[in-house]
Amino acid sequence: MAPFLQVEKLSKAYQADRPVFADVSFSAQRGEFVCLIGHSGCGKTTILNVLAGLDSATTGHVFVDGREVRGPGLERGVVFQNHALLPWLTVRRNIAFAVKSRWPSWKAAQVDEQVRKYVELVGLGHAIDKKPFQLSGGMKQRVGIARAFAIEPKLLLLDEPFGALDALTRGTIQDELMAIVRRTGQTVFMITHDVDEAILLADRILLMTNGGDTPGGYRPGGLAEVVRNPLPRERSRAELHRLPGYYELRNHLVDFLVSRAKAA
Amino acid sequence: MSSAFDVRTTLASLLLLLFVLGGWQLATDGTGSRGPAVAVSLSEEEREYLRMLGKDPDAATAKRDGFPSPITVARSAWEHLADPFFDRGPNDKGIGLQLLYSLARVATGFGLAVLVALPLGFLIGMSPLVRGALDPFVQVLKPISPLAWMPLALYTLKDSNVSGVFVIFVCSIWPMLINTAFGVASVRREWLAVAATLEVSRLRKAFCVILPAAAPTIVTGMRISIGIAWLVIVAAEMLVGGTGIGYFVWNEWNNLSLPNVIFAILVIGVVGMILDKMLGALQRLVTYVE
Repeated sequence: MAPFLQVEKLSKAYQADRPVFADVSFSAQRGEFVCLIGHSGCGKTTILNVLAGLDSATTGHVFVDGREVRGPGLERGVVFQNHALLPWLTVRRNIAFAVKSRWPSWKAAQVDEQVRKYVELVGLGHAIDKKPFQLSGGMKQRVGIARAFAIEPKLLLLDEPFGALDALTRGTIQDELMAIVRRTGQTVFMITHDVDEAILLADRILLMTNGGDTPGGYRPGGLAEVVRNPLPRERSRAELHRLPGYYELRNHLVDFLVSRAKAA
Repeated sequence: MSSAFDVRTTLASLLLLLFVLGGWQLATDGTGSRGPAVAVSLSEEEREYLRMLGKDPDAATAKRDGFPSPITVARSAWEHLADPFFDRGPNDKGIGLQLLYSLARVATGFGLAVLVALPLGFLIGMSPLVRGALDPFVQVLKPISPLAWMPLALYTLKDSNVSGVFVIFVCSIWPMLINTAFGVASVRREWLAVAATLEVSRLRKAFCVILPAAAPTIVTGMRISIGIAWLVIVAAEMLVGGTGIGYFVWNEWNNLSLPNVIFAILVIGVVGMILDKMLGALQRLVTYVE
Protein backbone atom coordinates (compact mmCIF):
# COMPACT_ATOMS: atom_id res chain seq x y z
CA MET A 1 0.00 0.00 0.00
CA ALA A 2 1.27 3.45 -0.91
CA PRO A 3 1.97 5.73 2.06
CA PHE A 4 -0.69 8.28 2.98
CA LEU A 5 1.60 11.23 2.37
CA GLN A 6 4.28 10.88 -0.25
CA VAL A 7 6.74 13.61 -1.20
CA GLU A 8 8.94 12.90 -4.21
CA LYS A 9 12.12 14.74 -5.19
CA LEU A 10 10.90 18.18 -4.21
CA SER A 11 13.10 21.18 -5.02
CA LYS A 12 12.64 24.91 -4.93
CA ALA A 13 14.89 27.35 -6.78
CA TYR A 14 14.52 31.11 -6.90
CA GLN A 15 17.82 31.21 -8.84
CA ALA A 16 18.10 28.28 -11.22
CA ASP A 17 21.66 27.33 -10.26
CA ARG A 18 21.19 27.76 -6.50
CA PRO A 19 18.12 25.85 -5.34
CA VAL A 20 17.20 26.44 -1.70
CA PHE A 21 16.62 22.73 -1.29
CA ALA A 22 16.65 19.81 -3.67
CA ASP A 23 15.81 16.12 -3.83
CA VAL A 24 13.57 16.15 -0.76
CA SER A 25 11.65 12.89 -0.54
CA PHE A 26 9.82 11.44 2.42
CA SER A 27 6.57 9.80 3.29
CA ALA A 28 4.20 9.42 6.21
CA GLN A 29 1.71 6.71 7.13
CA ARG A 30 -1.85 7.45 8.14
CA GLY A 31 -1.95 8.49 11.80
CA GLU A 32 1.73 9.29 11.91
CA PHE A 33 3.16 12.46 13.46
CA VAL A 34 6.12 13.75 11.46
CA CYS A 35 8.28 16.69 12.47
CA LEU A 36 10.61 18.57 10.17
CA ILE A 37 13.45 20.25 12.02
CA GLY A 38 16.07 22.64 10.71
CA HIS A 39 17.52 26.13 10.95
CA SER A 40 15.72 29.15 9.58
CA GLY A 41 16.22 29.69 5.88
CA CYS A 42 16.55 26.01 5.01
CA GLY A 43 13.15 26.02 3.30
CA LYS A 44 11.03 24.30 5.96
CA THR A 45 8.13 26.67 5.54
CA THR A 46 8.34 26.42 1.76
CA ILE A 47 7.99 22.64 2.00
CA LEU A 48 4.96 23.02 4.26
CA ASN A 49 3.45 25.57 1.89
CA VAL A 50 3.95 23.19 -1.02
CA LEU A 51 2.20 20.48 0.98
CA ALA A 52 -0.60 22.95 1.75
CA GLY A 53 -0.81 23.91 -1.92
CA LEU A 54 -0.08 27.56 -1.15
CA ASP A 55 3.28 27.47 -2.94
CA SER A 56 4.55 25.39 -5.84
CA ALA A 57 7.80 23.48 -5.98
CA THR A 58 10.21 23.93 -8.87
CA THR A 59 10.36 20.17 -9.37
CA GLY A 60 8.87 17.17 -7.63
CA HIS A 61 5.46 15.90 -6.59
CA VAL A 62 3.35 15.63 -3.46
CA PHE A 63 0.66 12.98 -3.07
CA VAL A 64 -1.88 12.93 -0.26
CA ASP A 65 -4.05 9.81 0.03
CA GLY A 66 -3.13 8.81 -3.52
CA ARG A 67 -3.95 12.16 -5.16
CA GLU A 68 -1.45 14.71 -6.29
CA VAL A 69 -1.55 18.09 -4.55
CA ARG A 70 -2.18 20.81 -7.11
CA GLY A 71 -3.45 23.62 -4.89
CA PRO A 72 -4.88 24.33 -1.47
CA GLY A 73 -7.65 22.06 -0.31
CA LEU A 74 -9.97 21.32 2.57
CA GLU A 75 -8.58 17.83 3.12
CA ARG A 76 -5.43 19.53 4.44
CA GLY A 77 -5.82 21.78 7.48
CA VAL A 78 -3.16 24.37 8.18
CA VAL A 79 -2.17 25.96 11.50
CA PHE A 80 -0.25 29.09 10.66
CA GLN A 81 2.80 30.45 12.41
CA ASN A 82 0.97 33.55 13.64
CA HIS A 83 -2.44 31.91 14.14
CA ALA A 84 -3.88 33.95 11.19
CA LEU A 85 -7.26 34.46 12.84
CA LEU A 86 -9.52 37.02 11.21
CA PRO A 87 -9.37 39.82 13.80
CA TRP A 88 -12.83 41.23 13.10
CA LEU A 89 -14.55 37.92 13.91
CA THR A 90 -15.12 36.32 17.29
CA VAL A 91 -13.61 32.92 18.07
CA ARG A 92 -16.97 31.34 17.28
CA ARG A 93 -17.27 33.01 13.91
CA ASN A 94 -13.64 32.42 13.00
CA ILE A 95 -14.15 28.69 13.37
CA ALA A 96 -17.64 28.82 11.89
CA PHE A 97 -16.10 30.41 8.80
CA ALA A 98 -13.96 27.31 8.35
CA VAL A 99 -16.77 24.88 9.19
CA LYS A 100 -19.14 26.56 6.72
CA SER A 101 -16.46 26.36 4.06
CA ARG A 102 -16.05 22.63 4.68
CA TRP A 103 -19.76 21.80 4.78
CA PRO A 104 -21.63 24.57 2.90
CA SER A 105 -24.96 22.76 3.17
CA TRP A 106 -24.93 22.54 6.96
CA LYS A 107 -27.55 24.42 8.92
CA ALA A 108 -26.58 27.11 11.43
CA ALA A 109 -27.26 24.86 14.43
CA GLN A 110 -25.14 22.08 12.99
CA VAL A 111 -22.28 24.51 12.30
CA ASP A 112 -22.51 25.91 15.79
CA GLU A 113 -22.45 22.46 17.33
CA GLN A 114 -19.25 21.60 15.45
CA VAL A 115 -17.70 24.94 16.42
CA ARG A 116 -18.56 24.43 20.07
CA LYS A 117 -17.16 20.91 20.07
CA TYR A 118 -13.74 21.99 18.85
CA VAL A 119 -13.60 25.13 20.98
CA GLU A 120 -14.27 22.92 24.00
CA LEU A 121 -11.58 20.53 22.76
CA VAL A 122 -8.93 23.23 23.13
CA GLY A 123 -10.45 24.40 26.42
CA LEU A 124 -11.69 27.79 25.28
CA GLY A 125 -15.43 27.39 25.87
CA HIS A 126 -15.44 30.46 28.11
CA ALA A 127 -13.86 32.65 25.42
CA ILE A 128 -15.98 31.57 22.47
CA ASP A 129 -17.51 35.00 21.93
CA LYS A 130 -14.32 36.99 22.38
CA LYS A 131 -12.38 38.58 19.57
CA PRO A 132 -8.77 37.58 18.94
CA PHE A 133 -7.32 40.78 20.39
CA GLN A 134 -8.94 39.94 23.73
CA LEU A 135 -7.04 36.64 23.88
CA SER A 136 -3.49 35.88 24.91
CA GLY A 137 -1.00 34.54 22.35
CA GLY A 138 -1.48 30.98 23.59
CA MET A 139 -5.27 31.20 23.40
CA LYS A 140 -5.10 32.58 19.88
CA GLN A 141 -2.92 29.70 18.77
CA ARG A 142 -5.37 27.28 20.42
CA VAL A 143 -8.13 28.83 18.32
CA GLY A 144 -5.95 28.37 15.25
CA ILE A 145 -5.56 24.69 16.14
CA ALA A 146 -9.29 24.33 16.79
CA ARG A 147 -10.03 25.89 13.42
CA ALA A 148 -7.73 23.44 11.64
CA PHE A 149 -9.20 20.44 13.51
CA ALA A 150 -12.80 21.59 13.05
CA ILE A 151 -12.76 20.89 9.32
CA GLU A 152 -11.65 17.32 10.11
CA PRO A 153 -8.80 17.28 7.61
CA LYS A 154 -7.04 14.13 6.48
CA LEU A 155 -3.70 15.79 7.00
CA LEU A 156 -2.86 18.51 9.50
CA LEU A 157 -0.01 20.88 8.68
CA LEU A 158 1.54 22.96 11.45
CA ASP A 159 4.06 25.68 10.72
CA GLU A 160 6.05 26.38 13.92
CA PRO A 161 2.75 26.90 15.72
CA PHE A 162 4.33 27.53 19.12
CA GLY A 163 7.30 29.61 18.02
CA ALA A 164 5.88 32.88 19.30
CA LEU A 165 4.73 31.53 22.69
CA ASP A 166 6.45 31.60 26.05
CA ALA A 167 7.88 28.30 27.31
CA LEU A 168 5.14 27.59 29.88
CA THR A 169 2.26 28.16 27.48
CA ARG A 170 4.08 26.24 24.79
CA GLY A 171 4.38 23.22 27.06
CA THR A 172 0.69 23.24 27.94
CA ILE A 173 -0.45 23.51 24.35
CA GLN A 174 1.99 20.82 23.25
CA ASP A 175 0.39 18.48 25.77
CA GLU A 176 -3.08 19.43 24.54
CA LEU A 177 -2.10 18.97 20.91
CA MET A 178 -0.64 15.55 21.64
CA ALA A 179 -3.77 14.48 23.52
CA ILE A 180 -6.02 15.56 20.65
CA VAL A 181 -3.83 13.92 18.01
CA ARG A 182 -3.67 10.65 19.94
CA ARG A 183 -7.42 10.68 20.41
CA THR A 184 -8.32 11.49 16.81
CA GLY A 185 -5.57 9.49 15.11
CA GLN A 186 -4.78 12.56 13.05
CA THR A 187 -1.92 12.49 10.55
CA VAL A 188 0.28 15.49 11.27
CA PHE A 189 3.18 17.18 9.53
CA MET A 190 4.78 19.81 11.70
CA ILE A 191 7.67 22.22 11.35
CA THR A 192 9.71 23.21 14.35
CA HIS A 193 13.13 24.32 15.38
CA ASP A 194 12.64 23.11 18.93
CA VAL A 195 14.34 19.78 19.58
CA ASP A 196 12.29 18.92 22.67
CA GLU A 197 9.05 19.71 20.90
CA ALA A 198 10.01 17.28 18.13
CA ILE A 199 10.97 14.55 20.60
CA LEU A 200 7.73 14.95 22.54
CA LEU A 201 5.37 14.99 19.61
CA ALA A 202 6.88 13.23 16.62
CA ASP A 203 6.92 9.58 15.64
CA ARG A 204 9.54 10.42 13.08
CA ILE A 205 11.83 13.43 12.85
CA LEU A 206 13.14 14.71 9.53
CA LEU A 207 16.41 16.61 9.77
CA MET A 208 17.01 19.26 7.18
CA THR A 209 20.24 21.02 6.21
CA ASN A 210 20.62 24.56 4.92
CA GLY A 211 21.93 25.19 1.45
CA GLY A 212 25.25 27.00 1.17
CA ASP A 213 28.65 27.28 -0.41
CA THR A 214 31.09 24.52 0.41
CA PRO A 215 34.67 24.10 -0.78
CA GLY A 216 33.29 21.79 -3.44
CA GLY A 217 30.81 24.40 -4.74
CA TYR A 218 27.19 25.26 -3.89
CA ARG A 219 25.26 22.56 -2.12
CA PRO A 220 21.47 22.90 -1.86
CA GLY A 221 19.67 22.20 1.37
CA GLY A 222 17.82 18.92 1.79
CA LEU A 223 16.92 16.05 4.06
CA ALA A 224 20.01 14.77 5.82
CA GLU A 225 18.45 12.07 7.94
CA VAL A 226 15.19 10.60 9.12
CA VAL A 227 15.17 9.71 12.81
CA ARG A 228 12.60 7.31 14.20
CA ASN A 229 11.56 8.26 17.73
CA PRO A 230 12.32 5.21 19.91
CA LEU A 231 10.42 6.51 22.95
CA PRO A 232 7.09 4.90 23.81
CA ARG A 233 4.16 6.57 22.06
CA GLU A 234 2.37 7.23 25.35
CA ARG A 235 4.71 9.82 26.82
CA SER A 236 4.30 13.11 28.56
CA ARG A 237 6.36 16.24 28.84
CA ALA A 238 6.83 15.78 32.59
CA GLU A 239 8.52 12.36 32.45
CA LEU A 240 10.03 12.71 28.99
CA HIS A 241 13.56 13.32 30.23
CA ARG A 242 13.46 10.20 32.41
CA LEU A 243 12.67 7.84 29.57
CA PRO A 244 15.53 5.59 28.47
CA GLY A 245 16.88 6.70 25.13
CA TYR A 246 15.76 10.30 25.57
CA TYR A 247 19.24 11.78 26.01
CA GLU A 248 20.75 9.78 23.15
CA LEU A 249 18.01 11.06 20.86
CA ARG A 250 18.29 14.61 22.10
CA ASN A 251 22.07 14.67 21.81
CA HIS A 252 21.84 13.29 18.33
CA LEU A 253 19.42 16.03 17.24
CA VAL A 254 21.32 18.84 18.95
CA ASP A 255 24.60 17.62 17.45
CA PHE A 256 22.97 17.65 14.07
CA LEU A 257 21.67 21.20 14.45
CA VAL A 258 24.94 22.51 15.86
CA SER A 259 27.48 20.84 13.59
CA ARG A 260 25.86 19.38 10.52
CA ALA A 261 22.78 21.42 9.61
CA LYS A 262 24.65 24.41 8.24
CA ALA A 263 26.66 23.95 5.06
CA ALA A 264 29.39 26.46 5.73
CA MET B 1 -9.08 62.21 35.57
CA SER B 2 -10.05 62.28 31.92
CA SER B 3 -13.44 63.82 32.66
CA ALA B 4 -11.69 66.63 34.60
CA PHE B 5 -9.48 67.07 31.57
CA ASP B 6 -12.55 67.19 29.31
CA VAL B 7 -14.08 69.91 31.48
CA ARG B 8 -10.89 71.91 31.27
CA THR B 9 -10.65 71.66 27.46
CA THR B 10 -14.30 72.60 27.08
CA LEU B 11 -13.77 75.56 29.35
CA ALA B 12 -10.72 76.64 27.37
CA SER B 13 -12.68 76.34 24.11
CA LEU B 14 -15.52 78.44 25.50
CA LEU B 15 -13.07 81.04 26.73
CA LEU B 16 -11.41 81.21 23.35
CA LEU B 17 -14.82 81.61 21.68
CA LEU B 18 -15.76 84.37 24.11
CA PHE B 19 -12.44 86.08 23.47
CA VAL B 20 -12.87 85.96 19.68
CA LEU B 21 -16.49 87.13 19.85
CA GLY B 22 -15.55 89.92 22.26
CA GLY B 23 -12.72 91.09 20.03
CA TRP B 24 -15.01 90.94 17.03
CA GLN B 25 -17.71 92.90 18.83
CA LEU B 26 -15.21 95.57 19.97
CA ALA B 27 -13.77 95.90 16.49
CA THR B 28 -17.13 96.28 14.77
CA ASP B 29 -19.44 98.23 17.07
CA GLY B 30 -20.49 101.75 16.01
CA THR B 31 -18.35 103.57 18.59
CA GLY B 32 -15.16 102.34 17.03
CA SER B 33 -12.86 104.80 15.29
CA ARG B 34 -13.68 103.67 11.76
CA GLY B 35 -17.36 104.65 11.59
CA PRO B 36 -17.09 108.42 12.16
CA ALA B 37 -13.82 108.62 10.23
CA VAL B 38 -15.56 107.24 7.14
CA ALA B 39 -18.54 109.49 7.68
CA VAL B 40 -16.27 112.51 7.86
CA SER B 41 -14.59 111.53 4.66
CA LEU B 42 -17.84 112.12 2.74
CA SER B 43 -17.90 115.48 1.04
CA GLU B 44 -20.73 117.94 1.65
CA GLU B 45 -22.14 117.26 -1.82
CA GLU B 46 -22.25 113.51 -1.15
CA ARG B 47 -24.05 114.08 2.12
CA GLU B 48 -26.50 116.36 0.38
CA TYR B 49 -27.08 113.72 -2.29
CA LEU B 50 -27.78 111.10 0.31
CA ARG B 51 -30.27 113.41 2.01
CA MET B 52 -32.00 113.96 -1.30
CA LEU B 53 -32.33 110.16 -1.63
CA GLY B 54 -34.07 110.21 1.73
CA LYS B 55 -31.20 108.53 3.61
CA ASP B 56 -29.46 109.59 6.76
CA PRO B 57 -25.84 110.07 5.69
CA ASP B 58 -24.36 109.03 9.08
CA ALA B 59 -26.44 105.90 9.32
CA ALA B 60 -25.85 105.03 5.67
CA THR B 61 -22.08 105.24 5.93
CA ALA B 62 -21.99 103.40 9.19
CA LYS B 63 -24.16 100.65 7.76
CA ARG B 64 -22.38 100.35 4.43
CA ASP B 65 -18.89 100.37 5.76
CA GLY B 66 -19.13 98.47 8.99
CA PHE B 67 -18.26 94.81 9.07
CA PRO B 68 -21.24 93.20 10.82
CA SER B 69 -20.91 92.71 14.55
CA PRO B 70 -21.55 89.28 16.12
CA ILE B 71 -24.86 90.59 17.40
CA THR B 72 -25.99 91.45 13.86
CA VAL B 73 -24.91 88.02 12.63
CA ALA B 74 -26.69 86.33 15.52
CA ARG B 75 -29.84 88.31 14.72
CA SER B 76 -29.78 87.23 11.08
CA ALA B 77 -28.96 83.68 12.13
CA TRP B 78 -31.98 83.68 14.39
CA GLU B 79 -34.20 84.89 11.55
CA HIS B 80 -32.96 82.08 9.29
CA LEU B 81 -33.16 79.39 11.93
CA ALA B 82 -36.66 80.45 12.97
CA ASP B 83 -37.93 79.72 9.47
CA PRO B 84 -35.41 77.59 7.59
CA PHE B 85 -37.67 76.09 4.91
CA PHE B 86 -39.52 79.06 3.34
CA ASP B 87 -39.57 79.37 -0.42
CA ARG B 88 -40.33 82.81 -1.87
CA GLY B 89 -39.10 82.32 -5.39
CA PRO B 90 -35.74 81.48 -6.92
CA ASN B 91 -33.68 84.11 -5.10
CA ASP B 92 -35.30 83.86 -1.70
CA LYS B 93 -35.26 80.42 -0.12
CA GLY B 94 -34.68 79.41 3.48
CA ILE B 95 -31.24 78.21 4.51
CA GLY B 96 -32.58 74.77 5.43
CA LEU B 97 -34.01 74.34 1.95
CA GLN B 98 -30.71 75.44 0.36
CA LEU B 99 -28.82 73.00 2.56
CA LEU B 100 -31.11 70.18 1.50
CA TYR B 101 -30.37 70.95 -2.15
CA SER B 102 -26.64 70.85 -1.48
CA LEU B 103 -26.84 67.71 0.63
CA ALA B 104 -28.94 65.97 -2.01
CA ARG B 105 -26.31 66.76 -4.65
CA VAL B 106 -23.49 65.59 -2.42
CA ALA B 107 -25.35 62.43 -1.48
CA THR B 108 -26.11 61.55 -5.11
CA GLY B 109 -22.63 62.33 -6.41
CA PHE B 110 -20.92 60.65 -3.48
CA GLY B 111 -23.23 57.61 -3.68
CA LEU B 112 -22.51 57.16 -7.39
CA ALA B 113 -18.79 57.53 -6.68
CA VAL B 114 -19.03 54.76 -4.04
CA LEU B 115 -20.76 52.50 -6.56
CA VAL B 116 -17.95 53.02 -9.06
CA ALA B 117 -14.91 53.40 -6.81
CA LEU B 118 -15.42 50.34 -4.59
CA PRO B 119 -15.72 47.67 -7.31
CA LEU B 120 -13.07 49.35 -9.45
CA GLY B 121 -10.78 49.72 -6.45
CA PHE B 122 -11.26 46.01 -5.69
CA LEU B 123 -10.30 45.17 -9.25
CA ILE B 124 -7.21 47.38 -9.14
CA GLY B 125 -6.20 46.03 -5.75
CA MET B 126 -6.59 42.39 -6.74
CA SER B 127 -5.09 42.49 -10.22
CA PRO B 128 -1.65 43.98 -10.90
CA LEU B 129 -2.56 43.99 -14.59
CA VAL B 130 -5.60 46.23 -14.08
CA ARG B 131 -3.58 48.39 -11.72
CA GLY B 132 -0.82 48.87 -14.28
CA ALA B 133 -3.30 49.59 -17.05
CA LEU B 134 -5.36 52.13 -15.12
CA ASP B 135 -2.57 53.79 -13.17
CA PRO B 136 -1.60 56.41 -15.81
CA PHE B 137 -5.23 57.47 -16.20
CA VAL B 138 -5.71 57.79 -12.45
CA GLN B 139 -2.47 59.75 -12.17
CA VAL B 140 -3.57 62.24 -14.82
CA LEU B 141 -7.22 62.55 -13.82
CA LYS B 142 -6.70 62.76 -10.07
CA PRO B 143 -5.01 66.21 -9.90
CA ILE B 144 -7.62 67.89 -12.12
CA SER B 145 -9.72 70.35 -10.15
CA PRO B 146 -13.26 68.99 -10.28
CA LEU B 147 -14.51 72.45 -11.27
CA ALA B 148 -12.46 72.25 -14.47
CA TRP B 149 -14.94 69.61 -15.62
CA MET B 150 -17.83 72.03 -15.20
CA PRO B 151 -17.93 73.50 -18.75
CA LEU B 152 -17.74 70.03 -20.27
CA ALA B 153 -20.39 68.77 -17.89
CA LEU B 154 -22.70 71.68 -18.64
CA TYR B 155 -22.21 71.19 -22.38
CA THR B 156 -22.77 67.43 -22.43
CA LEU B 157 -25.29 67.04 -19.61
CA LYS B 158 -27.17 70.29 -20.42
CA ASP B 159 -28.40 70.62 -16.86
CA SER B 160 -26.80 72.63 -14.09
CA ASN B 161 -28.12 70.35 -11.35
CA VAL B 162 -26.83 67.18 -12.99
CA SER B 163 -23.53 68.96 -13.69
CA GLY B 164 -23.21 69.77 -9.99
CA VAL B 165 -23.77 66.11 -9.12
CA PHE B 166 -21.22 65.10 -11.74
CA VAL B 167 -18.60 67.42 -10.26
CA ILE B 168 -19.18 65.90 -6.82
CA PHE B 169 -18.90 62.45 -8.35
CA VAL B 170 -15.59 63.31 -10.00
CA CYS B 171 -14.08 64.82 -6.88
CA SER B 172 -15.22 62.03 -4.51
CA ILE B 173 -14.10 59.14 -6.63
CA TRP B 174 -10.30 59.44 -6.35
CA PRO B 175 -9.64 59.13 -2.62
CA MET B 176 -12.06 56.21 -2.42
CA LEU B 177 -10.62 54.50 -5.47
CA ILE B 178 -7.04 54.85 -4.31
CA ASN B 179 -7.76 53.83 -0.72
CA THR B 180 -9.87 50.85 -1.77
CA ALA B 181 -7.15 49.64 -4.13
CA PHE B 182 -4.52 50.12 -1.44
CA GLY B 183 -6.62 48.45 1.25
CA VAL B 184 -7.43 45.48 -0.96
CA ALA B 185 -3.83 45.08 -2.13
CA SER B 186 -2.46 45.15 1.41
CA VAL B 187 -4.74 42.52 2.96
CA ARG B 188 -2.50 40.26 5.04
CA ARG B 189 -1.22 37.31 2.98
CA GLU B 190 -2.00 34.88 5.76
CA TRP B 191 -5.70 35.78 5.77
CA LEU B 192 -5.80 35.10 2.05
CA ALA B 193 -3.91 31.87 2.70
CA VAL B 194 -6.60 30.89 5.23
CA ALA B 195 -9.28 31.53 2.62
CA ALA B 196 -7.29 29.53 0.06
CA THR B 197 -6.80 26.50 2.29
CA LEU B 198 -10.52 26.54 3.08
CA GLU B 199 -11.31 26.60 -0.66
CA VAL B 200 -13.47 29.68 -0.18
CA SER B 201 -15.15 30.87 -3.39
CA ARG B 202 -13.96 34.11 -4.97
CA LEU B 203 -17.13 35.98 -4.10
CA ARG B 204 -17.16 34.78 -0.50
CA LYS B 205 -13.47 35.63 -0.18
CA ALA B 206 -14.16 39.15 -1.48
CA PHE B 207 -17.03 39.77 0.94
CA CYS B 208 -15.96 37.79 4.00
CA VAL B 209 -12.20 38.30 4.02
CA ILE B 210 -11.02 41.13 1.77
CA LEU B 211 -13.85 43.60 2.39
CA PRO B 212 -13.73 43.48 6.20
CA ALA B 213 -9.94 43.47 6.14
CA ALA B 214 -9.79 46.52 3.88
CA ALA B 215 -12.84 48.28 5.36
CA PRO B 216 -10.95 50.67 7.67
CA THR B 217 -8.81 51.89 4.76
CA ILE B 218 -11.83 52.13 2.47
CA VAL B 219 -13.83 54.15 5.00
CA THR B 220 -10.86 56.47 5.50
CA GLY B 221 -11.01 57.12 1.76
CA MET B 222 -14.75 57.76 2.00
CA ARG B 223 -14.15 60.20 4.83
CA ILE B 224 -11.61 62.14 2.78
CA SER B 225 -14.01 62.07 -0.18
CA ILE B 226 -17.00 63.44 1.70
CA GLY B 227 -14.80 66.25 3.04
CA ILE B 228 -13.66 67.18 -0.45
CA ALA B 229 -17.21 66.87 -1.80
CA TRP B 230 -18.47 69.32 0.80
CA LEU B 231 -15.68 71.75 -0.10
CA VAL B 232 -16.42 71.47 -3.79
CA ILE B 233 -20.23 71.71 -3.65
CA VAL B 234 -20.04 75.30 -2.38
CA ALA B 235 -17.79 76.37 -5.25
CA ALA B 236 -19.83 74.40 -7.79
CA GLU B 237 -23.08 75.98 -6.68
CA MET B 238 -21.55 79.44 -6.77
CA LEU B 239 -20.66 78.69 -10.37
CA VAL B 240 -23.91 77.15 -11.63
CA GLY B 241 -26.27 79.08 -9.38
CA GLY B 242 -29.92 78.36 -8.84
CA THR B 243 -30.06 76.50 -5.56
CA GLY B 244 -27.85 75.26 -2.78
CA ILE B 245 -25.80 76.67 0.04
CA GLY B 246 -23.05 77.84 -2.31
CA TYR B 247 -25.55 79.78 -4.33
CA PHE B 248 -26.99 81.19 -1.12
CA VAL B 249 -23.56 82.58 -0.16
CA TRP B 250 -23.09 84.15 -3.58
CA ASN B 251 -26.61 85.55 -3.61
CA GLU B 252 -26.14 87.17 -0.20
CA TRP B 253 -22.83 88.60 -1.40
CA ASN B 254 -24.69 90.15 -4.31
CA ASN B 255 -27.18 91.52 -1.80
CA LEU B 256 -24.22 92.84 0.18
CA SER B 257 -25.67 91.10 3.18
CA LEU B 258 -22.52 90.17 5.06
CA PRO B 259 -24.37 88.92 8.18
CA ASN B 260 -26.08 86.32 6.00
CA VAL B 261 -22.77 85.39 4.36
CA ILE B 262 -21.12 84.92 7.73
CA PHE B 263 -24.04 82.89 8.98
CA ALA B 264 -23.90 80.70 5.88
CA ILE B 265 -20.16 80.17 6.36
CA LEU B 266 -20.82 78.94 9.89
CA VAL B 267 -23.57 76.62 8.66
CA ILE B 268 -21.24 75.17 6.01
CA GLY B 269 -18.68 74.50 8.71
CA VAL B 270 -21.13 72.82 11.06
CA VAL B 271 -22.67 70.63 8.35
CA GLY B 272 -19.19 69.64 7.14
CA MET B 273 -18.31 68.64 10.66
CA ILE B 274 -21.47 66.54 10.99
CA LEU B 275 -20.73 64.74 7.71
CA ASP B 276 -17.21 63.99 8.92
CA LYS B 277 -18.49 62.73 12.27
CA MET B 278 -20.91 60.39 10.49
CA LEU B 279 -18.11 58.81 8.49
CA GLY B 280 -16.01 58.79 11.65
CA ALA B 281 -18.69 56.72 13.37
CA LEU B 282 -18.75 54.32 10.42
CA GLN B 283 -14.98 54.09 10.66
CA ARG B 284 -15.12 53.12 14.33
CA LEU B 285 -17.68 50.48 13.40
CA VAL B 286 -15.43 48.72 10.87
CA THR B 287 -12.09 49.18 12.61
CA TYR B 288 -10.65 46.04 14.16
CA VAL B 289 -7.79 45.50 16.55
CA GLU B 290 -5.14 43.05 15.45
